[in-house]
Amino acid sequence: MEGCAVRLDRRDFLRSCGGCLAAVAASGLAAPARAQARLSGADIPDHEAMFWDPAESQRVQCQLCPRKCRVDDLERGYCGVRENKGGKYVTRVWGAACAVNVDPIEKKPFFHFLPGSNAFSLATAGCNVDCAFCQNWEISQTRPEQVDVYSLPPRDAAASAAQSRARTVAFTYSEPVVFYEYMYDTALAAREKGLRAVMVSNGYIQEKPLVQLCGALDAIKVDLKSFREKYYKEVCSGELAPVLDSLKLIHAQGKWLEIVYLMVPTLNDGEAEIAELCDWVARELGPDVPLHFTRFHPMYRLTRLPSTPVASLERALELGRKAGLHFVYLGNVPGHPSESTRCPSCGAVVVRRVGYTVLEVALKSGSCKACGKPVAGVWT
Amino acid sequence: MDRRRFLVAGPLTLALSLKSSPAVAAQGTATGLRGQVVTVRDKVFSSLGVAPDEKTASAMIERAICHLSGKGSLREAWAAFLGKARVVGLKPNCLAGHGVCSSPQFVHALAAQLVDNLPGLQKIVIWERSDRDLTHAGFEIVRSGKVQCLGNDSAGYSPELIVQGTVGSLFSRTVTETCDTLINLPVLKDHGIVGVSVGLKNLYGAVHNPNKYHPNRGDPFVADLNCAPPLRGKTVLTICEAFTAQYEGGPAYRPQWSWPAGLILAAADPVALDRVGWRMVEERRKAARMMSLAQAGREPSYIITAGDSSHNLGESDLSSIRESVLD
Ligand code: SF4
Repeated sequence: MEGCAVRLDRRDFLRSCGGCLAAVAASGLAAPARAQARLSGADIPDHEAMFWDPAESQRVQCQLCPRKCRVDDLERGYCGVRENKGGKYVTRVWGAACAVNVDPIEKKPFFHFLPGSNAFSLATAGCNVDCAFCQNWEISQTRPEQVDVYSLPPRDAAASAAQSRARTVAFTYSEPVVFYEYMYDTALAAREKGLRAVMVSNGYIQEKPLVQLCGALDAIKVDLKSFREKYYKEVCSGELAPVLDSLKLIHAQGKWLEIVYLMVPTLNDGEAEIAELCDWVARELGPDVPLHFTRFHPMYRLTRLPSTPVASLERALELGRKAGLHFVYLGNVPGHPSESTRCPSCGAVVVRRVGYTVLEVALKSGSCKACGKPVAGVWT
Repeated sequence: MDRRRFLVAGPLTLALSLKSSPAVAAQGTATGLRGQVVTVRDKVFSSLGVAPDEKTASAMIERAICHLSGKGSLREAWAAFLGKARVVGLKPNCLAGHGVCSSPQFVHALAAQLVDNLPGLQKIVIWERSDRDLTHAGFEIVRSGKVQCLGNDSAGYSPELIVQGTVGSLFSRTVTETCDTLINLPVLKDHGIVGVSVGLKNLYGAVHNPNKYHPNRGDPFVADLNCAPPLRGKTVLTICEAFTAQYEGGPAYRPQWSWPAGLILAAADPVALDRVGWRMVEERRKAARMMSLAQAGREPSYIITAGDSSHNLGESDLSSIRESVLD
């Protein structure tokens, strides 16, 4: 599993070959020559940003995420990738990938979206929050000029994904909202190639861009960091309310949605908080939205806390089931029985997993082979 | 020493230790110069967006440093501040590219004084966020020799995450590994988010993620950052180049809101210097019938925070700051 919840293996894409296409090459894919051009900071092309308004004195007002940065000429927004150049707002990460990998879709994690398939996964630098536990802070908390960046324009990314035999392009690892323009164009290019597109996100985005993005994506996984504003503010430099709005909006748009909740000992693992969260998901999103409770390991600025006890995660699992949720999983606990998906009607295992490996899919046209009842998800 | 002379001085192939020696002097208070700010004004200077020649700049620096140190000669004055320094980092502010921006003449004048007056000096590094920032401001990238000039993108960042306050950052290797002493060379200007950008804010250039330090008008982030050991332990002086200063529209250069201040400010106390700079910007805004920075919603309260008991970086109370103005 990954996103901000679980560390990706940086050796795959940050160190070997100096960057992004190493893993692609390892997967047997002949990456397009154009995509291998390493960019120095000065060579990263500017691309006009979407969702911003001009303001007085050549300032701009970013309208992409709820942070709504007002950015002076020559400055960047909080995410570090959108820059005001003489009153025009540009993104510095369009086509500038710093991480590319071919992963099992289960690693995102998506458990109800094309199980057993691969996702061509890419990221750029930057993030619009700053979670103290971020597993990928070396790319999420930097500017594009400070990581190895390779030119991988949307059409090349889609072509590489198709060649890799992935069924999906996944925008992941850092925070895709901040490379919105790149993600959006790549998702459309992927669709032309017959591929799906998914985003692994913190959900910290304004309504208008999210609605437009839903038109280009097939599924979204949201890292819900906590069910308390205080935690969002103090641990993540973010806000809870806009994330809850995003979850409702994604669901209302009919996009496949899964939620990950990283349980951090003593900070967001209280029974009342977990119970409220589960009730909210059941009430606002319905029982079929998968909820993954994942295990925290000390990282980045949160190094003084222990890893989450498995018993805490299992309590959360019970609370989710008690709230009526059909699909509750534990993440970062390899071999745990909750890794497999069971039919909510008859209890039969419909997707058997060990770690990221899918051993069996007992579904026929999206229905349980044992009882014939539909199981929520995107299966084909 | 003229600019050309030290830019082409050639590699000084000394076996330099790249590891820092202990700080020569702590910022501000430890030097006994808490609350003291020296302003040197060149009355004939009246050109907006243009810096004086190196000779004039050098004379102004000399007056400031001798007065601040209380020493009678330049050699003694520099010895008082940097006597034990071996590798000195100079941090200009090149963001605007021109106008309200550090000038090569000023920085070179200072570097030449250090070379000429510090016998133990091994190297000077003029550093900024990027090579590009430096070249935009007219500096020449020099990667070897006694006086070098390069951006953090060339030097790289140390791999250890340093957490000060609530933000974690990687610091430029120039700051953490190469230099044992730093002199901060800001400019004086308005800033659209944090109110004013003078010395404390200028050190945002030391970290890989300055964008994470802007919320809440930089308060307490600016103060927190300046407490980080590599900065607090090594920064011995702030010399603000304010030949042109700006009271609105920053950080980009806006000549319509700039004035040819024709001065430099020097202090061992970075908070006191910033507080005086803030006052100067407010005075200009008032004269131009503009609202105060507080009314504009961007009071640079981070300067007050930098002086509070938990940060203790210097004196922020104007009534306790001793200003010497040398015309
Ligand atoms: S996307 Fe970036 S620049 Fe825009 S509001 Fe969010 S953090 Fe600020």
